[in-house]
Amino acid sequence: MIDDKDRIFLNLYGRNDWRLEGAKKRGAWNATKDMIDAGRDWIIQQVKDSGLRGRGGAGFPTGLKWSFMPKEVKDRPHYLVVNADESEPGTCKDRDMMRHDPHLLIEGCLIASYAMQAHTAYIYIRGEYVLEREHLETAIKEAYEAKLIGKNNVHGWDFDLYVHHGAGAYICGEETALLESLEGKKGQPRLKPPFPANTGLYGCPTTVNNVESIAVVPTILRRGAQWFAGFGRPNNTGTKVFCVSGHVNNPCNIEDAMSIPLKYLLETHCGGVRGGWSNLKAVIPGGSSVRMITQEMAEDALMDFDSLSALQSGLGTAGVIVMDKSTDLIKAIARLAYFYKHESCGQCTPCREGTGWMWRVLERMAVGQAEHREIDLLLDVASQVEGHTICALGDAAAWPVQGLIWRFRGEIEERIDRYRLGKPHVMGAAIAAE
Amino acid sequence: MATRRLAPPEVQPKSFDWSADSAEKVAFWMGKYPEARKQSAVIPLLWLAQKQEGWVSEPALRKIALDLRMAYIRVYEVATFYTMFHLSPVGKHHLQVCGTTPCMLRGSGDLIEVCKSRIGPHHHVTADGLFSWEEMECMGACANAPIVAIHDYYHEDLTAQSFTALIDDLAAGKDVTPGSATGRITSAPDGGPNVLNDETLFDGRLAKKIKLPNLPHKA
Repeated sequence: MIDDKDRIFLNLYGRNDWRLEGAKKRGAWNATKDMIDAGRDWIIQQVKDSGLRGRGGAGFPTGLKWSFMPKEVKDRPHYLVVNADESEPGTCKDRDMMRHDPHLLIEGCLIASYAMQAHTAYIYIRGEYVLEREHLETAIKEAYEAKLIGKNNVHGWDFDLYVHHGAGAYICGEETALLESLEGKKGQPRLKPPFPANTGLYGCPTTVNNVESIAVVPTILRRGAQWFAGFGRPNNTGTKVFCVSGHVNNPCNIEDAMSIPLKYLLETHCGGVRGGWSNLKAVIPGGSSVRMITQEMAEDALMDFDSLSALQSGLGTAGVIVMDKSTDLIKAIARLAYFYKHESCGQCTPCREGTGWMWRVLERMAVGQAEHREIDLLLDVASQVEGHTICALGDAAAWPVQGLIWRFRGEIEERIDRYRLGKPHVMGAAIAAE
Repeated sequence: MATRRLAPPEVQPKSFDWSADSAEKVAFWMGKYPEARKQSAVIPLLWLAQKQEGWVSEPALRKIALDLRMAYIRVYEVATFYTMFHLSPVGKHHLQVCGTTPCMLRGSGDLIEVCKSRIGPHHHVTADGLFSWEEMECMGACANAPIVAIHDYYHEDLTAQSFTALIDDLAAGKDVTPGSATGRITSAPDGGPNVLNDETLFDGRLAKKIKLPNLPHKA
């Protein structure tokens, strides 16, 4: 476990004052002017050296992403957009950062915007987070009044920050759908290229980053890139807020080092799996969109990008969903399939039709009312959806289904067999019995 | 995808206009976007209309289209795409029960049963106009599952029992306090966190002037 002094989100649980005065006491807005004075190349290099990988799910190196922005501002202004549309099932980390430590995010927005020569940034927060939005608006107002941001602020970089909100669409967590939504349209992802760094919000160069990726930057610069890089394994550095839900004794959010063992995370911070480790059935380690892993795999899985992708799963947003032996896995995945069906934007046929189809088949399988051959058919449909859509929602819908079939096929087969037991199902059998 | 349509004409009001309070908020939101990009405010404005009337009616869509100089069909598209907009009237207390897997694993099924027995099928408004409910997709408070949003704020760590008590309070006209029903501190583990207890992090010494590491050497 890392020391308390090495944590970034010191007010993760909201036990202290979240407003400006409290945040300053915890070190926010300390030496921000020195960071700006050190120049944008220095900031980007520090972020690159820290090894910070995007915290929104894909794990793309943040510093590298920033360096894709045009070097000079020409006729189009630059924008920073913060993705606070946290909707991945199992994930609830950005919520705590925004309601309990909003000033870290605001400071991060200023620094990142300066590094990318943006004078304006938008935070796109999901519509359901009303309390979180109110806290952000209050904190931003405080920052304006204290001249920390705004025109002619003490940091010498004119900067406007606005909160924008959505209205309950998971798809708006996809960066180009988010930009469409921010422009006042339906949230349907755009074809890439052009990438947002070239043509983003209002057709201008834009970078979209997750809340956590931005909020950790000020502390990285204050403590030094090598401090951040000292946690976790190479290529998987830093501290990370993990969200643990499901069948553990004490579900919680917790910040710890990257690459900690999954078993350690559950047993040290979450009071262990309900009924003991041996009662564990499966874990979805990175938010609903990754493939589940079995208890044996969870035994020595590390919570980082590389370890989990070696298990054909993923760190994603680090939303860990724990399922014990009492769980009906088929039903659990069927519910996720319903989620993706509900949230598909309808733009690409494989996803629009495929998500509904997968959900209907899984609902039947959950009661056993299916054919054995349909398991392979379902796997085939899932792979037809995967990779054949504009955005990654198609992949995200396919992976949980694949995870279920790859790892727990026996369970589906058993369910089908049990349903058939004692029922005449062979063609003609019913007639013979009459 | 869900097919969403506006409420039938007999339910639609004759007209819509912003209240003084809403008009102030409309101006606040419009101020956030560049000139010629005011369309960006469409979601916040629809939300304000819903806050004012309880739901989003066709006259409200038309008013917003006028305000933002958008084609009516573009506002219609947005209102029917985003599922937080109620396209028909809801109860005075509209309960939004999260039903996605993390909440389901912690017993949201029981909460849904409570809703069905107390209120009826989803989106049904009780005869006294007090209650309605719907099942939501992941609301992003999974560590505090299962949750229900009432009047926009989250009630967490619920059981069928504590949820029933909440509904009773609402029915009796009492105010309900959002947050954990078990007295947990936000998303900390039950019984209080065993981290972030180091007092030196909160006494102000972190605000003292520091020298940044790795600063470039001035030539």
